[in-house]
Amino acid sequence: MNALAALLSHPAIWRGNQLGSVSMPSVPTGFAALDAELPGGGWPTAALTEILPQHEGIGELRILGYTLAQLSARGRWLAWIAPPYLPYAPALQAAGIDLAKLIFIKTRSPRETLWAIEQTLRSRTCGAVLAWPDKTTYPELRRLQLAAEGNPGLAVLFRAPHNASSTTPATLRLGLQSCAGELAVRILKRRGALLAHPILLRPPAIVNRNKTGFKSHVVDRPPFHVPAARIVPASVSTV
Amino acid sequence: MSLSAACALAPDLNYRPRDLKAETAALEHIAAWAGQFTPSVTLQPPCGLLLEIEGSLGLLGGIRNILESIRRGSAEMGYTLTLACAPTVAAAWLLARAGSEKIITGKRAIESAIAPLPVAALECGAQTLDILDAIGARTIGELLQLPRDGLARRCGQQLLCELDRALGILPEARQFYSPAPHFEAALELGTEVASTEALLFAARRLLMQFTGYLAGRCGGVQHFNLVLMHEDHADTLLEIGLVTPARDLDRFVTLVRERLAVHALAAPVYRIRLQADDILALAGASGQLFPDPAHISGDWVKLIERLRARLGADSVQGLSPRNEHRPECAWQTIMPGTRITQVAHPPRPLWLLAAPRALNEVASKPHYRNGPLALIAGPERIESGWWDTGGIMRDYFVAQTPDHSTLWIYRERRQPGGWYLHGIFG
Repeated sequence: MNALAALLSHPAIWRGNQLGSVSMPSVPTGFAALDAELPGGGWPTAALTEILPQHEGIGELRILGYTLAQLSARGRWLAWIAPPYLPYAPALQAAGIDLAKLIFIKTRSPRETLWAIEQTLRSRTCGAVLAWPDKTTYPELRRLQLAAEGNPGLAVLFRAPHNASSTTPATLRLGLQSCAGELAVRILKRRGALLAHPILLRPPAIVNRNKTGFKSHVVDRPPFHVPAARIVPASVSTV
Repeated sequence: MSLSAACALAPDLNYRPRDLKAETAALEHIAAWAGQFTPSVTLQPPCGLLLEIEGSLGLLGGIRNILESIRRGSAEMGYTLTLACAPTVAAAWLLARAGSEKIITGKRAIESAIAPLPVAALECGAQTLDILDAIGARTIGELLQLPRDGLARRCGQQLLCELDRALGILPEARQFYSPAPHFEAALELGTEVASTEALLFAARRLLMQFTGYLAGRCGGVQHFNLVLMHEDHADTLLEIGLVTPARDLDRFVTLVRERLAVHALAAPVYRIRLQADDILALAGASGQLFPDPAHISGDWVKLIERLRARLGADSVQGLSPRNEHRPECAWQTIMPGTRITQVAHPPRPLWLLAAPRALNEVASKPHYRNGPLALIAGPERIESGWWDTGGIMRDYFVAQTPDHSTLWIYRERRQPGGWYLHGIFG
């Protein structure tokens, strides 16, 4: 029996009903519940990951915050390619990301986006490549996956949720949904058995809910000119 | 022979007027390029170049390596050379002029090496050559056999001095060439070129010359210009920028290739020119014993340069916060890799919209994607910037949609008011 157990613990063997003990190089996500379900125990490196958020603003970036902060602290570069909006520097800094290690790449066409992603992956310099490609075909994704295999870092593509039904060469595909204030992560594809139930995560809170308001109002007013001939109102609204 | 006589003999003769100015320019370019092998380069117009390489033997790995590098480099620039080496300048020049590619290392071997050369290799006038022909001296060896005083009487002291300099009996002083402080070189393409591949091939020749010049000056550049000249069109200027000073040929070629790939040629090109004004000091790089591919600092520099060459310098940037209260002004683009100071702000969204987007207002509540927004934090009043045109008066709130997207919205406090979406907590 012991011999059988020893045989089955061989890294090259994984059984269909369990998550393969495939030793994949990866970096921790910062969420224990998610790490437990990902082969390798974190975001896979040298592989393509797809994230399909239901809509924006549900924590699709905050889920990566811990990893990005860790990578930048270790001096690895973070490339943001063709993001839909401006990555806001004060918020990134507040999330612990070292902005000195960030490269923000704007492109003018889907072709340029794909070219930039491939170049960045092939240069093997970035700890994480985050990209928002517009429309991609399977052969293009396959090409990116091949480029990602040589890159010792994360390669994350953010794609629209309707792509969930199409096939992908990516190693990992996650669907994100908001579920009663928590983030529900469905693993749509991974190396190993499928996971039926979503994983519920609580990404870092944005505001402390106990506080009713901010104390830091900023009001710079121009010098207050009082016309000589007019009566000053009895109550001047102040802040 | 006159041109008409030559054309009569060979009807399909391809001829061109001799351009002495271009010859001198070419010689100077090779001299500047050869500065990477030795600091002591002397011009020998119209077609000679004298290099003192004894001092460089140890650094560059021996005489054969140096000669091989010179031959390969000049061939890539499109020149063919006759290379000869001797302990004295005049002997080396004699050998090269006679087309004898010999390497002589000892002073004693000079005489036997130059003896079989024809007297025509000497730099004496046609009159002297006629006299030598008349007295039956055909090679330099035969000339050296003749009594010196008689030779001096017939042909003048000049000839004897030349021979003595070659043999190392008389010293010889030469003025060294010092390269120009700025680099500028042009290349005629011969025909009109419309393909970028052919242009790149020509540009590579100039870049080769350029890197040799930089190596000779122990310098590097951070930007240089490539000018494409068209027949019936204004010149095209391609500015090529680098993140760090460099003199790496492959790096230059890659950047030029990327620039040419995105540049649509306005008209065929007949001439290209390369110019660089600011030559910066740059020490040579030393190799590593155990190079670590992930941490070679030069790699990210190359990546950024490559992306910038294709996408434009403005499209590849770093980001940094600014000490400013207005959200749209609280960030700036920087050169990636710049150290950044910490700036404290209240909670801010990870995504900022380029321009605030107006939200619908239904029953005095802001709506987004057809759902009412719940205000979960705020207001944070920001009133700033009255001193310039971008003054704002806003109350910011953190709001949530019915499907739990978190947004950063504000109420405009100036007339006509209204709600706006400014950021998304991604």
